[in-house]
Amino acid sequence: CCGLGMWRMSSLLSFSILFLACLAGFSSRLFAVIRFESIIHEFDPWFNYRSTHHLTTNGFYEFLNWFDERAWYPLGRIVGGTVYPGLMVTAGLIHYMLNLLHITVHIRDVCVFLAPVFSGLTAISTFLLTRELWNQGAGLLAACFIAIVPGYISRSVAGSFDNEGIAIFALQFTYYLWVKSVKTGSVFWAIGCCLSYFYMVSAWGGYVFIINLIPLHVFVLMLMQRYSRRVYIAYSTFYIVGLVLSMQIPFVGFQPIRTSEHMAAAGVFALLQAYAFLQYLKDRLTRQEFQTLFLLGVSLAAGVVFLTVIYLTYTGLYAKIHIPIIASVSEHQPTTWVSFFFDLHILVCTFPAGLWFCIKNVNDERVFVALYAISAVYFAGVMVRLMLTLTPVVCMLSAVAFSSVFEHYMGDDTKREKPPQEKAEEGLGPNVKSIVTMLMLMLLMMFAVHCTWVTSNAYSSPSVVLASYNHDGTRNILDDFREAYYWLRQNTDEHARVMSWWDYGYQIAGMANRTTLVDNNTWNNSHIALVGKAMSSNESAAYEIMRSLDVDYVLIIFGGVIGYSGDDINKFLWMVRIAEGEHPKDIRESDYFTPQGEFRVDKAGSPTLLNCLMYKMSYYRFGEMQLDFRTPPGFDRTRNAEIGNKDIKFKHLEEAFTSEHWLVRIYKVKSLDNREPLDHKLRSVVPRQKYTSKKVTGLLYVCT
Amino acid sequence: MSNSVISVISRFLEEYTTTTPNKLKVVDAYLLYILLTGALQFLYCLLVGTFPFNSFLSGFISCVGAFILGVCLRIQINPQNKGDFLSISPERAFADFLFAHTVLHLVVMNFIG
Repeated sequence: CCGLGMWRMSSLLSFSILFLACLAGFSSRLFAVIRFESIIHEFDPWFNYRSTHHLTTNGFYEFLNWFDERAWYPLGRIVGGTVYPGLMVTAGLIHYMLNLLHITVHIRDVCVFLAPVFSGLTAISTFLLTRELWNQGAGLLAACFIAIVPGYISRSVAGSFDNEGIAIFALQFTYYLWVKSVKTGSVFWAIGCCLSYFYMVSAWGGYVFIINLIPLHVFVLMLMQRYSRRVYIAYSTFYIVGLVLSMQIPFVGFQPIRTSEHMAAAGVFALLQAYAFLQYLKDRLTRQEFQTLFLLGVSLAAGVVFLTVIYLTYTGLYAKIHIPIIASVSEHQPTTWVSFFFDLHILVCTFPAGLWFCIKNVNDERVFVALYAISAVYFAGVMVRLMLTLTPVVCMLSAVAFSSVFEHYMGDDTKREKPPQEKAEEGLGPNVKSIVTMLMLMLLMMFAVHCTWVTSNAYSSPSVVLASYNHDGTRNILDDFREAYYWLRQNTDEHARVMSWWDYGYQIAGMANRTTLVDNNTWNNSHIALVGKAMSSNESAAYEIMRSLDVDYVLIIFGGVIGYSGDDINKFLWMVRIAEGEHPKDIRESDYFTPQGEFRVDKAGSPTLLNCLMYKMSYYRFGEMQLDFRTPPGFDRTRNAEIGNKDIKFKHLEEAFTSEHWLVRIYKVKSLDNREPLDHKLRSVVPRQKYTSKKVTGLLYVCT
Repeated sequence: MSNSVISVISRFLEEYTTTTPNKLKVVDAYLLYILLTGALQFLYCLLVGTFPFNSFLSGFISCVGAFILGVCLRIQINPQNKGDFLSISPERAFADFLFAHTVLHLVVMNFIG
């Protein structure tokens, strides 16, 4: 009964700790909502929000078969086949169920708060996984770590409505179910793992990590002579049912049996079948008989492999399509040491210790976590964005390390029953124990403080609203983006088409609800190049392109008045390069530099640059504006130069809207003039004497 | 060499018929049937072509899946393997088998198009 009482006590303790971890994770992600408002952040979440809105208003089948004609005009985008629907379906389902219970929540609020809620679920699944790997104490520590660690918060803050918010939960849960099925060898847990894997495939492209890590685990177990029937049951069931489940997502389609990223899983499956069958025969036959059959089997297998290789190379099916995980963005740079410490703090130091403990006391599931750790470290070192996949395993292994240390230095209460003649050098003195425990607790407290500071300062910016702080600490809010998008929404025709650079496409579609030409999906490089060419040519050439694309409005970002460095003039060279890639005869990057090779916007700048559409649109009437009595009129604060071309006149565009701090400028594209002025002088007509025929007048005289 | 292979196989078959319990023989017969069905489907695909590829895949994977689940059931109810599966009684194994088949067939029905 004491045992049951202890169990009840410890389960109440576990429950309350987990609940507090969920609460901490949720509250820690709310900085942006409290400082600004409940709004969707950045760029990609706006597309996800728009799709979810479409799902809730039109229904599931309309969403799955949606062809969006308001994006990538005039091409359109097949949304149903090019998104991972898990995020939208999850948000839509929660919204539907809440409204069914007559709790009328707007879909925007569901989207904003989805990631914090799922962070709580991630903490619970990390607890379950670590408990399977080590023990309950480590599980609780891991749950607390992952609730507040900055590496995960960066992609799951309130307002960041993106795939990673639910994908990390699905990842941890799938791994928990996999470890459970390897431990028990039950088909029930394996099918559970398949269903969780299906959810992961619907949520994120990173499912490829699961479908390569699990076969690697099975392969390493086979190499380590740890093969058992449980592993066979777990993996075979997982592979085959998971395969058919993953092909139900339209975006994934037939990739699991065609692309190279999925071939490892198939290879390990075939190998496992062969190995299991050979084990079965070995049990029943004598050594010589087995050897005969083995030779026969090996030669048959070699023949099959040879024929397959010939078939594949002949038909070119095994094309090594190098599908990049993500397009080229700044998040693809290699990771610096600073990022590791910034995102993980003390955990990155204790994580190798945890890995060592797992390898020292190895069993089937600890092999799995060791492989997970090694592969995650490799990927995180390659790309900053993949720090996110490293974070869960770092939390788990640090929890293992901390748990072992605490157990060693705190948990000797039972040993005190030993007779007191044991000298102090037998164990550790109580002073040493308490000092070490104190140090560990201090480290954990500093970790918590660091996490909250990082979340508050670095990862809680909505990017749609900018804030700057004056000398006396008061806050200055720059709401230009939303001001401009709402102007567009309320003052333009519903079917108007807006041309801008691809960065802002999703935001325009989401907030202004207008048709865009190019957006962040960047699937069609030629179309983006056309827009880039329009931005970099002079006004007449650009007007032709804009007429051919039916553009009504042009939107640009200009940061010269406030010193905003992410504006379109700073991105201009990328537009030129992309345009040059498709139209090398019309656009040359060297034209936009001075003869000395500098990129300058003042009088010394190249004439091509000073007359291109982007320059004219950015600096129209800027020459009249004097920001400061110390600087001349037309002084660009971002480039720190006085602009060269102050007298700008447009023939085919007119200014429609400029936001308060000149951040967003919208121009209307005028239609063709009714009367084109002639391009030659009028013909001068010399009046000649009137010629009257004598015959007619003669006849008249005769008649009268 | 071929002589010894034939003799090995015949000895194996003889040992199989005498030592395997009847329950496992029923499962083995079911597995053989599934194997033949799968081979037949693959042959059909090679001869006629892969046009509704999703239908072919769903049918073929259904055969492979049923085969694997049958093998898992056979492993779990084999009294010789009792040491590996202490928490799984034969009844539990069969219940898991039914559950897995429900999931498999639901997905196959959705995929068959």
